[in-house]
Amino acid sequence: MIEIIGLEKSFNGQKVLSGINLRIEHGEIMAIIGRSGGGKSVLLKNIIGILKPDKGSIIIDGVDITKLRGREMDKTRQKLGVLFQGGALFDSMTAYENVAFPLKEKMKVSKKTLQEKVSKALEDVGLKGMEDKYPSEMSGGMRKRVALARTLITEPQIVLFDEPTTGLDPILLQSTHKLIRCTHETYGFTGIVISHEIPEIFDISDKVAFLYKGVIEEIGTPDEIRKSSNPMVRQFLTGSSEGPVELLCEKETRR
Amino acid sequence: MIKLLRILGGRALSLFKKMGHMLMFLLNSIYYICVPPFKFRLLLKQIRFFGNKSMIVILLTGSFTGMVMALQIYHTLSKFGSEALLGPAVALSLIRELGPVLSALMVTGRAGSALTAEIGIMRISEQIDALVSMALNPMRYLIVPNIVAAIIVFPLLAAIFDVIGIYGGYVIAVKLLGLSEGTYFSQIDTFVEWKDVRIGLYKSISFGVIVSWISCYKGYFTEETGFGAEGVSRATTDAVVMSSVLILIWDYFLGSVLL
Ligand SMILES: Nc1ncnc2c1ncn2[C@@H]1O[C@H](COP(=O)(O)OP(=O)(O)OP(=O)(O)O)[C@@H](O)[C@H]1O
Ligand SMILES: [Mg+2]
Repeated sequence: MIEIIGLEKSFNGQKVLSGINLRIEHGEIMAIIGRSGGGKSVLLKNIIGILKPDKGSIIIDGVDITKLRGREMDKTRQKLGVLFQGGALFDSMTAYENVAFPLKEKMKVSKKTLQEKVSKALEDVGLKGMEDKYPSEMSGGMRKRVALARTLITEPQIVLFDEPTTGLDPILLQSTHKLIRCTHETYGFTGIVISHEIPEIFDISDKVAFLYKGVIEEIGTPDEIRKSSNPMVRQFLTGSSEGPVELLCEKETRR
Repeated sequence: MIKLLRILGGRALSLFKKMGHMLMFLLNSIYYICVPPFKFRLLLKQIRFFGNKSMIVILLTGSFTGMVMALQIYHTLSKFGSEALLGPAVALSLIRELGPVLSALMVTGRAGSALTAEIGIMRISEQIDALVSMALNPMRYLIVPNIVAAIIVFPLLAAIFDVIGIYGGYVIAVKLLGLSEGTYFSQIDTFVEWKDVRIGLYKSISFGVIVSWISCYKGYFTEETGFGAEGVSRATTDAVVMSSVLILIWDYFLGSVLL
């Protein structure tokens, strides 16, 4: 279970998160949607402990990780799998080595099972035969899928996805969502999925949180969000440029 | 006046803070050097990285340094009629001084800069964050192998530099200046002591620590120098300049202490 209480974070005086409250139950998949630049990735990095919040606490399985330091934090990180927005593949390693890396370093597995698992993982994301390609030789979508395979291979208890499907074609989008769903059904992780895929993301999530202006503006099951009467949520779902949500050009003309 | 003092004080404080930060980084990596598990495969890879990158440039600069020195020192010695001492003069200055220093400077330019750029890129493309998120310590995976590799490789490269330099000097002395072959080497044998070799060894080991430490630090905290690709490029230049200056300062310091 992950519980976030009153989380605040600012960069150089610019407030990005101003009091996030969020609770993700064990085995649940929580989707986080919101504006580009709204602070979703920053929230995720706070949960991993790469960024330290200014205020508030993040409690993962009963441990407040904002109070932990370096090596103590690693115990919690053992449970974590993270898919970074940019993939964060090791560019000195091939696709195969990238996927094998966390398994090889963190768990004692025989060479044979390692090989089987990695091949299976790459096949699952539709990259069979791409084992020997380096990240610089792959397309953006391919990199994303290798990163996804690398995240899931250790079967973490908590998985954080930062836009797992951005940059993928509609077919890959569906198959990636299906993969996330299937993996979830097989070993039941607790998940947070940051996504811009509306409405597709609703199909794989148990709950949806709408992050706006540094707070969780609305939270509920996908159906509740769909039927929400909150004008901001409504505007966000329809993708209309008219409504209460501030647009970029408005700000600019006002300046 | 008070304003000036305040600015100076602020500068000094931030300088001390930075130095403390760098020192902490070094101490932290020494901790991980001493505490297992060790990553031997990565160590081998980094040894190869340093050696591979610097070998040719070491061979080139080594031979030419030896040749130039033979020419210059011969010129001086011949004024006193003591040309016979050319061999030891070349060998001693190479072993005690020029071998370690010049080879370290060359490696800084070749491998140190590449190292900073590589780690810096890993930082800005979140690869270091990815390691952290896997509960794997980036110090252990990125920094320690480089520092240990440098400690191993720097003395070896300095030794190669010395040998090539002495042979370069030999070519000039014997083939060009007509010194007898026996004198050049036998005098080296009499005058070069183990102590001289040991001083050279200490020097190159400490240069290895300096170069790998500064290069890794600058890459690891590339965001302190600037953002994105520009930050990495600035970190790289910073690392080369800083390592080179520190090499020369430390060389003077060690030289005066060990003499
Ligand atoms: N390291 C940093 N230093 C300074 N500002 C930052 C840093 N990281 C993020 N920000 C700022 O925080 C804000 C939120 O960024 P974030 O990456 O979380 O957005 P996001 O919601 O993930 O957007 P997207 O959907 O486009 O990925 C942005 O305004 C960004 O400029
Ligand atoms: Mg983001």
